[in-house]
Amino acid sequence: MNIVLLGGTKGIGRALGRLLVEKGHAVCLLGRNEEDVLKSAEDMRIRAPNDTSVASVVCDLSKPDSFAPALDAAWAYLDKIDAVIVTAALFGTQEELEASRERARELLTVNFANTIVFLEEARVRLLADGGGTLCALSSVAGERGRKPVILYGASKAGLSAYLEGLDHKFREQGLKTVCIKPGFVKTGMTAGLKPPPFAGEADDVARDILKAVESGKPVVYTRGMWRFVMLVIRNLPRFVMRKIGF
Amino acid sequence: MDKTTTLMTRPTPTLSGWGRLPKPGREVFAYDLAALSKGAVLSRGLGRSYGDSALPPPSVLDVATTTLADRIIAFDPETGILRAEAGLSLKELNRVFLPRRWFTPVTPGTQFVTLGGMVAADVHGKNHHVDGTFGAHVKGLLMRVADGRLVECSPEHEGELFWATVGGMGLTGHILEVSFKMRSISAPWIFEERQRCDDIGALVRALRDSAASWPFTVGWLDCLGRGRGMLSRGRWATPEEAPSTAPRSLRPVTVPFSFPNFVLNRHSMRAYNAWTYLRQGLSPGVTNPESFFYPLDRILRWNRIYGDRGFTQYQCVLPEADAVAPFIDLVRKRATAFLCVVKDCADEGRGLLSFPLPGVSIALDLPVDGSTQSAVDAMNEAVIDAGGRMYLAKDAFTRAEHFRKMEPRLDAWTEVRKRWDPELRIRSAQSVRVLGDPP
Repeated sequence: MNIVLLGGTKGIGRALGRLLVEKGHAVCLLGRNEEDVLKSAEDMRIRAPNDTSVASVVCDLSKPDSFAPALDAAWAYLDKIDAVIVTAALFGTQEELEASRERARELLTVNFANTIVFLEEARVRLLADGGGTLCALSSVAGERGRKPVILYGASKAGLSAYLEGLDHKFREQGLKTVCIKPGFVKTGMTAGLKPPPFAGEADDVARDILKAVESGKPVVYTRGMWRFVMLVIRNLPRFVMRKIGF
Repeated sequence: MDKTTTLMTRPTPTLSGWGRLPKPGREVFAYDLAALSKGAVLSRGLGRSYGDSALPPPSVLDVATTTLADRIIAFDPETGILRAEAGLSLKELNRVFLPRRWFTPVTPGTQFVTLGGMVAADVHGKNHHVDGTFGAHVKGLLMRVADGRLVECSPEHEGELFWATVGGMGLTGHILEVSFKMRSISAPWIFEERQRCDDIGALVRALRDSAASWPFTVGWLDCLGRGRGMLSRGRWATPEEAPSTAPRSLRPVTVPFSFPNFVLNRHSMRAYNAWTYLRQGLSPGVTNPESFFYPLDRILRWNRIYGDRGFTQYQCVLPEADAVAPFIDLVRKRATAFLCVVKDCADEGRGLLSFPLPGVSIALDLPVDGSTQSAVDAMNEAVIDAGGRMYLAKDAFTRAEHFRKMEPRLDAWTEVRKRWDPELRIRSAQSVRVLGDPP
């Protein structure tokens, strides 16, 4: 496959980028800092089998003006694109986001509005080519309004709703939409937080993402057990949700 | 309870080395080591040193953990020279490069270590008698030194800083990037054979005899029962001997919780050792390098087997083979050594504080109890008398006066360290204990 990956310099995206190139997929890495994205691309090039191509393009999720030129450049590098994957996002604890209006606005803008605008740019390009796969990392935090992740969860709930709608409308035209819902994953984003039991590893999540992109499954929980946990959480009555700190 | 009280009564976070003896400490993570290392008191890798080498001094809580910085920066298949961020683990390096027939020139007994940690402890392996320590293969380091500058050092450029850093336990500056020369191998498999030895004398002789023709040698000794041993020696398999496919990564199991202290005791370990001695097959054959180099890596969090009392390792090197048997007698009298690994070492490396010197190295796993301090004191005194030294990466109990006596190179190393860090801003719990640094 030829894959565009936004957010491959860190965390889950880094693990995914490495997995993709090791499996021989051509990757165009999009990242906000030029030096950083070049370094990550070189790391992947060294890990990849000899003839795998890895390109890098600067694209900043906080700057919507950079989306179209970056995607054009990616298309120019790889010619035919099979999938566009977004792993980049901002994170803040509920306390941090409640304390700063500026940070809350930034997180909501990047994770919701800008991510969707980026996916829209990718959508029209994939559809023009006759289809492909759009994949974005949402979160189990978007399943239900919960006290510890109100703002982050809201941004992801919006993203999940967008991805579902997109899937209903465009799957017939050959555009598959894949919404990944990870639970707690041990990465730099969550460093400093106490990992709950069953916390996931970036490498395992990356494997699940690749599998989902290959199969085109519209919603994938990772680790898989979150699907059942979230089934329960979604059906908990409001008065119970209000009582628990979870 | 209101929020402030919760915060105030929240217990101080603790951190420990592999021996699970906790001290106040907290890990701070970042992808960018250049930013993370600014003003940090100490860098920490995967925390596999046994004692307090990777713990902060008492007056500081945070250590800079490098494990997120794991990118390979460059690899030249012509020369084998690889450059990577210091947090890259040996596990990942092996996963990527072993199937391509490249291997680290020197590996310690676990692959859960970072490149930065391998330089800081100047690790050695089963091939010390032919290839020396890891530091001998390092071509360059990017460091953040105490005054905030970034310095590239190598044997040729800022050589003093370089050789004080190789084996310097992270105390001369933060290691951000490591360049070293990988080894091209004939096949990603090991040819191994084993031999039983009746006692420590026979084991040391067998190690010496094997050294001439075998690149990898190691001995295991039963220090609780009859004192018998087992020699293992290996080399890279030839392409004809080796299977055509690369070895599969071994599936690990995790120790799910801390065992009660009584599980490992003199008697259970005696039985286990006797079983180990008898069980091991002796027929030579081709084996997976993972099980040859890293037998314990298959059991994740195996340090929990020792229980909440924690444990320590004591490793020393004795220059004279004659001193080994009396030392083992002392160990049997003073301590309960559940595991004993014997290895012969060749020439001392150039690292100013590197552990190995020509002689016999002995590594012991000891559960911690009330007598551990006095046992370590007694062993250190024996090591000083024998003209040997102990290994800081394993140590949790050595006293400053003992370390000074066994380390004639300390003044030379301290001089270089103080030139780069006159205020001793970079230090560890271990450097406070063993070197007398300010808390």
